[in-house]
Amino acid sequence: MAQGSYLVGVDVGGTFTDVFFLNQQDGSFAVAKTSSTRSDQSLGIRTGVAQHIDDLSEIGTVVHGTTVGTNALLERKGARMGVITTAGFRDVLEMRRRDRPQTWGLWGGFEPIAPRDLRLEVPERVLADGTVHMPVDLEAVEEAARTLIERGAESVCLFFINAYANAANERLAQDAVRRIWPNDHVTASHEILPEIREFERGSTAGLNAYLQPPVGSYLKKLEGGLRAGGLEGELLIVQSNGGVMSVDQARRFPVRTALSGPAAGVTAGAYIAAEAGFPNVITCDMGGTSFDVSLVADGETALAAQTSIDFGLVIRTPMIEITTIGAGGGSIASVDRGGILQVGPESAGSDPGPVCYGLGNDRPTVTDANTVLGRINAEKPIGGKLDRLDVAAAKRAIQTHVGDPLGLDAMEAAEAIIRVANARMAGAIRLVSVERGHDPNRFVAMPYGGGGALHVGALIKDVGLSKALVPRYPGVTSALGCVIADMRHDRVETLNALLDDLDITALDKRLSAIARDGAALLQKGNTAFEGVETQFELDMLYVGQTHTVTVPLDLKFDGATTGVMRDGVRAAFERAYQAAFGRLLEGIPMRVMNLRVAVIGKRPKFDLHLLAPPEGGALADAVQSERALYVDGEWRQATVYDRLAAPVGSVIFGPAILEQADTTIVIEPDLQGRVDPFGNLIIERKAA
Amino acid sequence: MMTIDPVTLAVLRGRLEQIADEMDATLFRSAFNPIIAEAHDASHGLYHAETGETLIQGKSGLPVFVGAMAFAVKAVIDRVAQSEPAKPGDVWIFNDPYEGGTHLSDFKLVRPFFYNGDLFCWLASVGHWHDVGGAVPGNYNPSATESFQEGMLIPPVKLYDGGEYREDIVKIVMANSRLPGSLYGDLNGQINALALGDKRLQLLLDDYGAETVSQALDELKSRAADLMRSYIADLPDGRYEAVDYLDNDGIVDAPLTIALAVTIAGDAMTIDFTGTSDACAGPVNISRSTAIASCYVALKHVFQDAPANAGVLEPISFVIPSESLLSVSAPKPVGGYTETILRVIDTVFSALAAVAPERVNGCAYGTINALSLAGHRKDGRRWVMFSFFGGGHGGHPEGDGLNHGNAPISTATIPPLEILEAAYPVRFTQWALRPDSGGAGEHRGGLGAVYEIELLEEEADAFLFGERGRHRPPGVVGGAPAQANKFLYQSNSGWDAPAMTSKMVGLKLKRGQRVRLETPGGGGYGPAANRDAAAVAEDVRLGYVTEDAAAQDYGFRDDMGAR
Repeated sequence: MAQGSYLVGVDVGGTFTDVFFLNQQDGSFAVAKTSSTRSDQSLGIRTGVAQHIDDLSEIGTVVHGTTVGTNALLERKGARMGVITTAGFRDVLEMRRRDRPQTWGLWGGFEPIAPRDLRLEVPERVLADGTVHMPVDLEAVEEAARTLIERGAESVCLFFINAYANAANERLAQDAVRRIWPNDHVTASHEILPEIREFERGSTAGLNAYLQPPVGSYLKKLEGGLRAGGLEGELLIVQSNGGVMSVDQARRFPVRTALSGPAAGVTAGAYIAAEAGFPNVITCDMGGTSFDVSLVADGETALAAQTSIDFGLVIRTPMIEITTIGAGGGSIASVDRGGILQVGPESAGSDPGPVCYGLGNDRPTVTDANTVLGRINAEKPIGGKLDRLDVAAAKRAIQTHVGDPLGLDAMEAAEAIIRVANARMAGAIRLVSVERGHDPNRFVAMPYGGGGALHVGALIKDVGLSKALVPRYPGVTSALGCVIADMRHDRVETLNALLDDLDITALDKRLSAIARDGAALLQKGNTAFEGVETQFELDMLYVGQTHTVTVPLDLKFDGATTGVMRDGVRAAFERAYQAAFGRLLEGIPMRVMNLRVAVIGKRPKFDLHLLAPPEGGALADAVQSERALYVDGEWRQATVYDRLAAPVGSVIFGPAILEQADTTIVIEPDLQGRVDPFGNLIIERKAA
Repeated sequence: MMTIDPVTLAVLRGRLEQIADEMDATLFRSAFNPIIAEAHDASHGLYHAETGETLIQGKSGLPVFVGAMAFAVKAVIDRVAQSEPAKPGDVWIFNDPYEGGTHLSDFKLVRPFFYNGDLFCWLASVGHWHDVGGAVPGNYNPSATESFQEGMLIPPVKLYDGGEYREDIVKIVMANSRLPGSLYGDLNGQINALALGDKRLQLLLDDYGAETVSQALDELKSRAADLMRSYIADLPDGRYEAVDYLDNDGIVDAPLTIALAVTIAGDAMTIDFTGTSDACAGPVNISRSTAIASCYVALKHVFQDAPANAGVLEPISFVIPSESLLSVSAPKPVGGYTETILRVIDTVFSALAAVAPERVNGCAYGTINALSLAGHRKDGRRWVMFSFFGGGHGGHPEGDGLNHGNAPISTATIPPLEILEAAYPVRFTQWALRPDSGGAGEHRGGLGAVYEIELLEEEADAFLFGERGRHRPPGVVGGAPAQANKFLYQSNSGWDAPAMTSKMVGLKLKRGQRVRLETPGGGGYGPAANRDAAAVAEDVRLGYVTEDAAAQDYGFRDDMGAR
């Protein structure tokens, strides 16, 4: 095998590490699955890669979607981190935006990521218009840095009030700290997010500093191991925006990896669906505790400006918009005091997990209901941890906790659980589609993750989606996304000016400079691109409003200018506002809050036909057995197929069950499935 | 009556809640004034066709509206009964607080929902507008003695008549505001939210049929009542009392008493405010509907899964002496209603602490601290910076109280200081936690905050509407009270405090002068003597509690801790 001929995508999930190998020379592919190694994820990755490749010099590029950053945030296992800030403001990170974790109930608490004795103040002040009101006292900055080092800080964040308007003080302080700080872990708020709103900027920068040591050392270990194995090609990391960045960028800006893993999945979903002829898709990732949906319209993933990883842990960088509800396989079904059936958000997770796992939980879950109804094969559980599932125990739990209180028998109760769970998932899909003005009938659902394909039929019927597309390898969707993702650099800067007063020439210069810098950053590595695309957006609002509307600008950067014009901006705002709210507001001036530039290096795509089943073969050969499936109050005999053995063009009528190593697909009696030329299964209503 | 099956009921509840939530979200996104857009001082829901009772309400709106909106819809129903019946395309608008609850700043829009020609239910939207006239910009006027000084009062009138937009009404309303543009934007947001609710509900009824949805709504009400009865039945029978005070009414510097007795008898509860002060001269009065709404908020904090549905109040009876502080009629001023309802909520927590110590928490900071700075810029443009400030939450059975939280009646966030500095001629010189402000206890109250603001323009007027300047937020189950609210301002002679402690009108500030607000923390939970010594030492090390206070409250000595 020639040097550098493999492109390798690696996704590390909670349970499994998935690797996707693409041989760019002959177009062949392979997948590997191995257990994730929680303490050091790089071990699992090397094991997974070694399943297929011994000599790592054969690899051209490794692209990695990581959850190291996400886990460090959720488990609060980031670095001991210090903050140096403007005198009077050391508590901003702890005071948040004066919120509370839940609307009802006043029992919340919040532990800041930097303890109070590691948040130090220095004399300096910049005003909102950028004027330096008080120069920064650099001796005080050095003194603060030394104190933080003494107190054991491993990383530091500089966070000055109004640094978005003028970063001069913050920059001087950063230089001063760098001179004495013992490592590279020095973050300044203006380089992470030069945007107005001190808590959001400080929180994002603080979380970057919090993540630098753990993510940095993980990436160093990973890269070291791969290099020791002979890797000469490059290592790229998936960002939360669905694009990739170099490993050096990832070490500097680890906060951009917070949603790395899920973003890769959505990226893959968008590509697979578009190739199959469905540019409008809603990806549905169902795991043990949650159901994550994301909307892709016209092939474009939707980006959110901000997300909260947990209460008070706000990250404001562009990231793929993923809506999460607490409805997964482990979600617990219960009947409340008023006699109303609830499913989730409380979850049994994967340990102890559903009742049928027999690991100590006795409250029924969605997976238990699926098992009792015959939708899941109790003799061959997915994941390989267990030999079989305890159907009788699941049935007893459903009878006790749901059936008895509602006056239903166990089978009726199990169906009720599934219907309520489906309704919650449908609600999440409605939230991202109907509520954003999209007609669900134009969208297909794309389930991946362990449980999505069990529920997708009901989602078609409940929300009115046109079809569902189950990719050929749902379990490696995220790893596939790594291989597909483009390289992307986002930049946000605050302008905060009336459109009428805005210096358009200066705006053009600023946009052009960012576009140029982004392009230079793309050229820094050895990544090959088919082309470079630059997207320009403004965040705008009517004077008096506080929430902005994202306004895409139809501009082309020609190397010298973007050609931005005031009238064009005005028209673009009116288009965007009308689409969002209906009515334009006459006579009220417009304000431009932020500019956003994305520079995207398009990586070569691979042909998904590679994944398709081999030609020939008959559907009859894919039939494995029959199984009883409980649907709408009665037992029906469903044919069970080996999913991967069903040839292109097969049409499978419900009731049917398709099984593959990591997924079970249920086709309900009123639905049918068809294997498309890529090997995807397209589920839709039976022809009348 | 045929009963609805449990699955359809659960599914429909989710669908209906989603409609109300979506109405909330659309107004938050499009609103002009930050009190709605950022502070979520708004609410939407579905209300009973004949009684106006709350059927479904959005989960993200201001909690206190959950109880109050039913009264607003009822006011329109009564109005309709006196004239021609409602027809499709009608929308009523009003802000009368004596009929619809809360205060003049809250404008309610009420719209009948028709299905196949029949009135099925009502949709309503309420939002806090930035300025509704009156003597003080932003309408928190601590010196008001009649509602006429607080702002315009619009009775229920038609904004749309059978689909026809009545521009004359809008002109009247706009002419009575200092910020007509803001008002116009918010009004449009509310109109859009109601239109959206109508559209979504039509689709839902198309899917399920009016009969089924109507059965679901009836059933949800009776389930809500059952749920509340079962919670009450768990509590031992008896009479549990609490008393708390407002500092003053802004006119007369004398405390006002709020006396509460909660009686539990089987699965019924009586909430009795006999012994509460009479209606006062200043604006801390509330109407009866507001008083009931605030009890609902308190109960929902204690029994969190009680739904936003009228059924929850079915097992509860109220005794509220008429013409008391908690049951006034026009034109008694009600602009400072937030302070009084926060105090009502505190008394409910304190009374329930005796019977359900495992369910309650120390009282939160208990004042909205509406502070506004207003003036004119060099070019003559008027500016009004108006915001509510935060404080600590009470200690609770599971731990210490939250530092710097929002008020129990709201889900408001505070605007970033960078946004305020960019919009108004001010500079914050401090934005910090206030050490020692949380009440001592086994679980300490959360800390309040210190905000210090310097004026950058030539001159400005400052207004403050706050409370808890003298009567501190109580702890529960043996926990100590938090520190009191403290407001200071710079004058030529140094730092001064207002005569009414936390209430002040039209204070003159000059360039470079500062105001300083130190807000209360939350009350403690459980006796301070039971607090873990290591936790006390950690509080001292991190500066949440000073060494002196720790010595006094917890018997802390320097050699006890981690230092």
